[in-house]
Amino acid sequence: MSTAVNTSKKKNEAQKQKASGETDHRILMCGNEALAESAIIAGCDAYFGYPITPQNEVTAYMSKRMPEEGRVFVQSESELAAINMVFGASATGKRTMTSSSSPGVSLMQEGISYLAGAELPAVIVNVMRGGPGLGNIAPSQGDYFQATRGGGHGDYRTIVLGPSSVQELVDCMQLAFDLADQYQMPVIVLADGILGQMMEPVVLEKKPGRKLPSKDWALTGAKGRQQNIVRSLWLAEGALERLNYKLQGRYEQIQKDEVLCEQYGVEDADIVVVAYGIAARIVRGAVTIAREEGIKVGWIRPVTLWPFPSEQISKAADELRIFLTVELSMGQMVEDVKLAISGKSPVVFYGRPGGGVPTVDEVLDKIRQLTTKRKI
Amino acid sequence: MKTAFTRTPTYKDVPTHYCPGCGHGIAHRLLAETIDELDIHERTIGIAPVGCAVLEYDYIDVDMVEVAHGRAPAVATGMKRTNPDKIIFSYQGDGDLASIGAGEILHAGHRGEQITVIFINNAVYGMTGGQMAPTTMINQVTATTPKGRTSAGQGYPLQVSELLATLPGTIYIERCALSSPAEIRKTKKAIKHAFELQIEGSPGMSLVEVLSPCPTYWRMSPVDAMKWIGEEMVKVFPLGRLKG
Amino acid sequence: MAANGFSEEVVIAGFGGQGIMLAGKLLAQTAMKAGKEVTYMPSYGAEVRGGTANCMVVIAEREIACPVVGNPDSLIVMNKASLAKFGPRLKKGGLLIMNSSLIDGRPEMDESIEIIALPADELAVELGNKKAANMVALGAYIKKRGRLNIETAADALPETIAERYHKTLPVNTAALNRGAEFASRGS
Repeated sequence: MSTAVNTSKKKNEAQKQKASGETDHRILMCGNEALAESAIIAGCDAYFGYPITPQNEVTAYMSKRMPEEGRVFVQSESELAAINMVFGASATGKRTMTSSSSPGVSLMQEGISYLAGAELPAVIVNVMRGGPGLGNIAPSQGDYFQATRGGGHGDYRTIVLGPSSVQELVDCMQLAFDLADQYQMPVIVLADGILGQMMEPVVLEKKPGRKLPSKDWALTGAKGRQQNIVRSLWLAEGALERLNYKLQGRYEQIQKDEVLCEQYGVEDADIVVVAYGIAARIVRGAVTIAREEGIKVGWIRPVTLWPFPSEQISKAADELRIFLTVELSMGQMVEDVKLAISGKSPVVFYGRPGGGVPTVDEVLDKIRQLTTKRKI
Repeated sequence: MKTAFTRTPTYKDVPTHYCPGCGHGIAHRLLAETIDELDIHERTIGIAPVGCAVLEYDYIDVDMVEVAHGRAPAVATGMKRTNPDKIIFSYQGDGDLASIGAGEILHAGHRGEQITVIFINNAVYGMTGGQMAPTTMINQVTATTPKGRTSAGQGYPLQVSELLATLPGTIYIERCALSSPAEIRKTKKAIKHAFELQIEGSPGMSLVEVLSPCPTYWRMSPVDAMKWIGEEMVKVFPLGRLKG
Repeated sequence: MAANGFSEEVVIAGFGGQGIMLAGKLLAQTAMKAGKEVTYMPSYGAEVRGGTANCMVVIAEREIACPVVGNPDSLIVMNKASLAKFGPRLKKGGLLIMNSSLIDGRPEMDESIEIIALPADELAVELGNKKAANMVALGAYIKKRGRLNIETAADALPETIAERYHKTLPVNTAALNRGAEFASRGS
């Protein structure tokens, strides 16, 4: 079963608290710094990273805070080295992470594939920018395919979280470390330039963690036990196939247990807008106005991009509705929306690539256009 | 009867997959003996490369990890920084260390990572079928230099140890060879010293380059291969302590 | 959105070095201190070095949907280029705070828009630090809009300005007050 995250409910509770005169624990932070501090709260033992805009605040913040906490910070010589430093620290059982932006994450794909093959937990933050190539430094959601399809070579998946506010980014970091440890795999937090750069009030606190399996596989020195080996090469006949089936079993479990999505106003909606991350914020702005205009429109916001909330979207498509997917790309998640709906309802797309950010008005216009179509 | 030779405990009692006359078996034994003699079996973590020694963990009985091609020094950095009390070594071939992993070894040395590197130089890619390595000798015939390596076409053999010795972050670099019993004993001494430095917490990277025979892809008999190291390879890769 | 209490979208723009980001951050910090919801979105990267700089601040009583501002309710512009870029986007009935030190004359705007033209640079120079022009403009905005207090803004200054610049706290506070005074008195 899926769990719905209701951030607005949490916020309202916080506001009630404020009204009742309790101390306001919020601090104003940009997404990059907030995610870094949250990783520290989550018990991240080591951070390895290489400078790239628009995530430089993470690296700078960690360079100051990790040593203060007696933990490890290394500025690596490349993203390739960073992800392999993560691999090394993770192999010894430490909680570890790296962060980068699109071109840097491309370089990390080798390491991510090895992490998946060696069944090692790690958290990778991608503060996406425009591409392909060097692209630009403006916000983008162009790496959805790369993140949700594995990204590197081989038959594997990564868990992908797509937060849409600085607070959710904070919450996702702690969740990401737990998920990585629980399923022994890399977890990607997929943010974008806006989320990384924008400031919002956040509450930084340690959430109750999950009960996690012990890391008896970790390389800690073969003291009083047989040697431990962390590997991803399986040459014997059938051995790699067995590993792949094992991973697949884990992935199926994740698809069953870990889907997170938020929805609003879907019950009576003629139009359902699907968006994640910063696009979902823009959509929410547009939907609020459209509702005031009397348009029956709701939204679904996937929080986990893999596992994808296919069931929730499919369920919403049981009644004939128009689905509009909005992304900061020329259409990537829309393919998952179409797969989920399997032709039951029409799916249309609106997006802008290359660092272009759709405005509330643009999305609103699109919604209005769809209303006319529906009447016809 | 007096026992003249025993297997050192950290060297597993299994046949290896290496070709007849290959130097990896000797280098593995020297490594295992060092670990046992220094009594660090329980706190050593080894890193296997991509190359012929990829299955090193099948032979060396300590905690081990197998990593992407050339990335061992980065992995070692992640391990040592988070586990300063552990003894971390990487075991890398010439393709792994001097070609695809040139950046990683340079920067691990540059940062002065407190790790020990065993660099096996056999002047050729073994696992993939005898292609040219950065350390391949001039005129040496390989699968990808069918007419022999030329400096004009493929550049000169890369002397990585000399290069690394210029970095303030490296504390000990020695080039040894497996070409004779005497040289093998020197190699053992060097490997042991490199580990001792790490155990003492000396501030920087220690590296032992080992000129090692590959009779299969040198297209020689094992005996000729040993001779070739002593007569030809050492001209380009002179033996001795380069630093420390 | 108005049904859920006020919501105010502000754009602050100028050229790199005018302290645009700092003014935006201070506004956001002030709003948070006052118990509001707030988002602050800077333009980032190469733009902050000498080119045009702008930031967007949204302040509301309730959870904020979109941090990217298309048509601001209020616009603070510190130079001509910024007025040209953002002026046409200002909402009808909106508020324009413009730095008349660097912008000549009165812009052609919809007559529903209230304009405060203040010589922020000169006023800051009078206070002893030309760099405080951003605070003069912000002070005028806060006073005119009346949703936040100048005192709260002054209280938020130490949390917004990096500690190594804390010697500028008095002049920045004075600049906020001077801007507020200008907004009330028109001089």
